[in-house]
Amino acid sequence: MLKFFQCGVDITDKIGIYAVPAVIVIVVLIGAFKKVELFGSFTEGAKEGVGSVMSIAPSLIGLIVAVTMLEASGFFDVITRLLGPACSTVGIPPEVLPLGLMRPVTGSGSFAMLSSILEKYGPDSIIGKTASVMAGSTETTFYAITVYYGAAGIKKTRHTVPAALCADMAGMLIACLSVKML
Amino acid sequence: MLNYIWFGMIVISVICAVLTGRTEDLSKAAVGGADKAIQLIISMAGVMCLWTGILKIAEKSGITNAIARLLTPVLSLIMPEYKNDPDVMGAVSANVTANILGLGNAATPLGLKAMQRMQRHNTLNTSPNNSMVMFVVINTASLQIIPSTIGALRQAAGSQQPFSVLPYIWVTSVLTLITGVMLAKIFSVRS
Repeated sequence: MLKFFQCGVDITDKIGIYAVPAVIVIVVLIGAFKKVELFGSFTEGAKEGVGSVMSIAPSLIGLIVAVTMLEASGFFDVITRLLGPACSTVGIPPEVLPLGLMRPVTGSGSFAMLSSILEKYGPDSIIGKTASVMAGSTETTFYAITVYYGAAGIKKTRHTVPAALCADMAGMLIACLSVKML
Repeated sequence: MLNYIWFGMIVISVICAVLTGRTEDLSKAAVGGADKAIQLIISMAGVMCLWTGILKIAEKSGITNAIARLLTPVLSLIMPEYKNDPDVMGAVSANVTANILGLGNAATPLGLKAMQRMQRHNTLNTSPNNSMVMFVVINTASLQIIPSTIGALRQAAGSQQPFSVLPYIWVTSVLTLITGVMLAKIFSVRS
């Protein structure tokens, strides 16, 4: 028990660390109980994974190049300096602001942005954790709206955009608070 | 839309680099970025494939269907127009389940099917009814047990514990989803 606290990882982190193996074990046990062909199913799914990684690769390359160029041009420093004070007052680290602006608009773009933040500030720093939570706790709002209404032939969106964007903003604040407080 | 964003990012970076005198860094960044992207894709592929493999077992064991059945009553509550329409509610709960499990590729077609079925009984023609708005708002929020892409990106960045952020993501996404559902309800009265 003493070792548990000495390792410098708090309990919230521990839950996350054990969640992945726990889910794997539960799924495999249920699969075995239901007599599913386990390894065959796994490889079948993993094969689909290769496909989906490859399918996002081209857009990820394009967007990572663009984000790396923005980073090198000093644009993020300018944004951070301009909007930093306002962000800090509401509790958002200015370094994650570009990610917050990008998140509702493009999924691959925000993953590119997250990867650049993780590399610059370290994935286990407060900034790195906050950025991970921000990127992981909301979807690409405008993509979902466009695709779903488009498929149903809907032209007007009524209160969809205000509700979704206000929720995204709330999510950004909650992400920062959760990393600070939990 | 991505068209304009990508163009904007490139143009802004060039202007900014010229103004701040970092044009040399910029050319290095363009080449280095492409290289970095491929390295990132390779280092995140393992975690992603591990997860899609596990999810395939979940799907074949009937776990996916069981979760969908559990969700139906909750979803009927916030989408009252279609609570007695099993055809719509089936597609809606299948879509939400796919999102929760992180089956991104399966979630979108199921969501489209749900939208098209809802549209059949939509009296507002080209405007969405309240349930349709609610469904889209749910889909703009993200509720995922294991956000594997985030874990994979953190792993690729050399994190000591790539999945240590999960509880924060769970809390944040649940609260964000509740906020979205409440806002959609409140705004629907006024619009």
